[in-house]
Amino acid sequence: MSRRIEIRNPEVELARFRARLAVAGGVVVTLFAVLLARFFYVQVVQHDYYHALAENNRISIVPVMPNRGLILDRNGVVLAHNYSAYTLEITPSKVADLEATIGGLTSVVEITAKDRKRFKRLMEESKSFESLPIRTRLSEEEVARFAANRYRFPGVEINARLFRQYPNGEHAAHSIGYIGRISDRDLEQIEARGDTANYRGTDHIGKFGLEESYEHELHGITGFDRVEVDSGGRAVRSLARQAPVSGNNLILALDLRLQEVAENVFGNYRGALVAIEPSTGGILALVSRPSFDPNLFVDGIDPQNWDALNNNPDKPLNNRALQGQYPPGSTFKPFMALAALELGKRSPSYTIADPGYFTLPGVSHRWRDWKAGGHGMVDLHKSIVISCDTYYYGLAQELGIDAIHDFVSQLGFGGKTGIDIKGEQPGVLPNQAWKLKRYKQKWFAGDTISVGIGQGYNLATPLQLAMGTGVIAASGAVYKPHLVRQVEDSRSKVLTPVATDPVRMLDFKRENVQRVKAAMVDVTRPGGTASKAGAGAQYVFGGKTGTAQVVAMKQGERYDEKRVAERHRDHALFIAFAPAEDPKIALGILVENGGHGGSTAAPIARKLLDFYLLGKLPESMQVGEEDGDAGD
Amino acid sequence: MATPAIKRIVTFLAGHIDSFLLTSLLVLLGVGLMTLYSAGEQNPARVTSQLANIGVAFAVMWVAANIPPHILKSFAVPAYIIGIVLLVAVDLFGEIVNGAQRWLDLGVTRIQPSELMKIAVPLMLAWYFDRYEATLRIKHFAIAAVMLLVPIGFIAKQPDLGTAILILASGFYVIFLAGLSWNILLALFAAGCASLPVLWSFMHDYQKRRILTLIDPTEDPLGAGYHTIQSTIAVGSGGVSGKGWLNGTQTHLDFLPERTTDFIFAVFSEEFGLVGNGLLLCLFLIVIGRGLVIAADAPSLFARLLAGSLALSFFTYAFVNMGMVSGILPVVGVPLPLISYGGTALVTLFLGFGILMSIRTNRKLVQT
Repeated sequence: MSRRIEIRNPEVELARFRARLAVAGGVVVTLFAVLLARFFYVQVVQHDYYHALAENNRISIVPVMPNRGLILDRNGVVLAHNYSAYTLEITPSKVADLEATIGGLTSVVEITAKDRKRFKRLMEESKSFESLPIRTRLSEEEVARFAANRYRFPGVEINARLFRQYPNGEHAAHSIGYIGRISDRDLEQIEARGDTANYRGTDHIGKFGLEESYEHELHGITGFDRVEVDSGGRAVRSLARQAPVSGNNLILALDLRLQEVAENVFGNYRGALVAIEPSTGGILALVSRPSFDPNLFVDGIDPQNWDALNNNPDKPLNNRALQGQYPPGSTFKPFMALAALELGKRSPSYTIADPGYFTLPGVSHRWRDWKAGGHGMVDLHKSIVISCDTYYYGLAQELGIDAIHDFVSQLGFGGKTGIDIKGEQPGVLPNQAWKLKRYKQKWFAGDTISVGIGQGYNLATPLQLAMGTGVIAASGAVYKPHLVRQVEDSRSKVLTPVATDPVRMLDFKRENVQRVKAAMVDVTRPGGTASKAGAGAQYVFGGKTGTAQVVAMKQGERYDEKRVAERHRDHALFIAFAPAEDPKIALGILVENGGHGGSTAAPIARKLLDFYLLGKLPESMQVGEEDGDAGD
Repeated sequence: MATPAIKRIVTFLAGHIDSFLLTSLLVLLGVGLMTLYSAGEQNPARVTSQLANIGVAFAVMWVAANIPPHILKSFAVPAYIIGIVLLVAVDLFGEIVNGAQRWLDLGVTRIQPSELMKIAVPLMLAWYFDRYEATLRIKHFAIAAVMLLVPIGFIAKQPDLGTAILILASGFYVIFLAGLSWNILLALFAAGCASLPVLWSFMHDYQKRRILTLIDPTEDPLGAGYHTIQSTIAVGSGGVSGKGWLNGTQTHLDFLPERTTDFIFAVFSEEFGLVGNGLLLCLFLIVIGRGLVIAADAPSLFARLLAGSLALSFFTYAFVNMGMVSGILPVVGVPLPLISYGGTALVTLFLGFGILMSIRTNRKLVQT
């Protein structure tokens, strides 16, 4: 081989090129010959075998759907289960005249206009060879009537299908969620996960709440039947079968009874309540009001119901507990107080004389206390008990926004808590960097001052309030909030606990936490802002009231004359933990436009704690207890 | 009636059309439409919509045929650079469809830049070799390989293994035809075999499954094996003479997946049998052969390399698809050229045919 650069001869080059082209042509012919040989092998040598498969004994692989896992509360009460019901199903591709068939069926079983509409919609979104339900939940009598008339309806069958049901209706709907028919979007995600095979034959998927977030646990493994089918597509015999594996069961930390009480005592307010177990992070109850009935979604929600839910200005489908971001108001003060002690900015004995307002040197603006004229001499303890704003204006100013942010964010504010259902919002715990990024503005001293009393840029979800309260209650142990306590393997029945070790231990000084807790306890005693709610309690509990201003309508909200006044009212907040000496429960409560925390939110907490700690049902549930939740 | 005016119009319209190539393409398109009608459950709407695609494809072909090769050459670098930019854009902001990031949403329309690269890559490489024609050395082959592997990397990452392989092949053909030494080819082949295990470890699970499925399709009958089992049954049950047009039972009992697109060959094969398959292979060979003849007669190195690559790429598409449907190649999403339903692939193909025609009809102008 010569490596010298030579003057190339075009004739030689062309000849070389043509030689290469000839080689390529040879490869083409050879590979086509390989294909032809393959065709010959399959179509001539193996023809009989494949012919038999295709013609006489078409083999059909029929997927066998697994049972979806159950969702149970901590006491084993069923929150989501499956029941079997007869459905009347039509395979459109096997029916000559669909209209006539449906018309004929009407004389045998009742088919409403709604059923027809739903069937039409199913047809549009499915493949023609699928068997689609036209009527669900047939009675025994209807099944018998159809059986007698079956010969008249080729392509129509009765199948026993499993349906998802949520026996408790609206209770805990936001946590449990719901399932719905698999959409194109879901299909894309299933394919992206490489789960397509496992979803062959499955037509429902979790769409919301735990049903969505734990889809991979709940779904199970699809089995299959390899069956011979005759020329009409009817199964003749089963050749091989692999049984499906049921989905795993979810056992929640949630206590349904507590949940029901919480929803009951919440009344007709909009808002959210989160009850958390401080020693584990388990969610005991999670209320988001208003709620909805997840059963509506199982068969495919009809347009009227969907519009009613979707266009409702109260947004029942929003999970306010983890999506609603509200100013925490004065419930932020205990966290500020702890920061002051831990960071050494305040000693317990440090006292201010509160004139009823706070000023910054060189700034004419006065930050007012909620009480005109002020609270007189205020130390840390009193600042929590009577909720003194002036104390915290000065404290925030001295701590500085970055120190506040860095300390309080450890307790779960300003970022997602990592709860095990989707859709959580992070809230806002501002610092200088945040404002620069969000508003391209530098931080002003004045910004810090309102943050100190939980206003300004400060936003928290009710879940974060409960979590932060839980961290104080547990003296610094931070747990990830979780709804699911254990996953039960459907085959081995082995329970796998959700990790219950603390995510981190915040090294608070014992006496500092005790001081904050003691002040919170005095909030519920005479002289405190929640003294009415605390009156006569047979246990000691700590709390903090909050009242957050709703300054303006939120963006995108429509002006509605009747509602505007009500919607401008303050939000009422309350956080609590009980019993004070060994907290078993921590609460975060937000009542939209509820007025004052002490008068609206705190009594809700009291009733809930009475039930949780003493088993005392609220009065509203004692009447007609035998009737259960009828009409709820 | 042939007045001079009409004659002029005909000359203008047909002046750069290669009638031999056009005739073979028309026959193949006819076969395709027939099969599509059967595969689409005799729903004429599918055929009508494919006819519209063909219309667009012809327009593109006509335009390409009327662009002389030296102008075409000036498109090479911009087309390649735009293609790379679009691929980067897809990587950054692409829309995820079916788990793969292949599409770029321009608001008005969605484009798939990898489709553009099917033409842009051979165009670029042909331009490059043409430019350094007089001084070609190993260095140039190495640079060409890099120019080829950059877009391949992006496309394989999307992941779109099928298209990546097709484009890799199209670029390889240019490099091969430009005269890459046999020794290096052998070394590459050996290295390729040796790197298979490494490649394996980089593959997605579903890609691995497809290859394992090839060895035993019954291993995963609901998943990856489903396509192969059903399409092989369709092909095999077709026998020597097939079940006849519109009579494919596999097809019409809905066992066959994606039967108007990637698996349309199973429909054809079931209904027309070994005889039909043989004829179809011949038709494909005629088109490929014509392409190779055009390459052999082409006046410049650029035109030669481009034409050769386009003809051989067409072969690759056909081979990979038929191999996949008949169960000797893993399932990668590659349509059967000129037969499968779908507009984008068709337009790209006819852009290629238009270029071939331009090279054919312009050869004398330069040669003399």
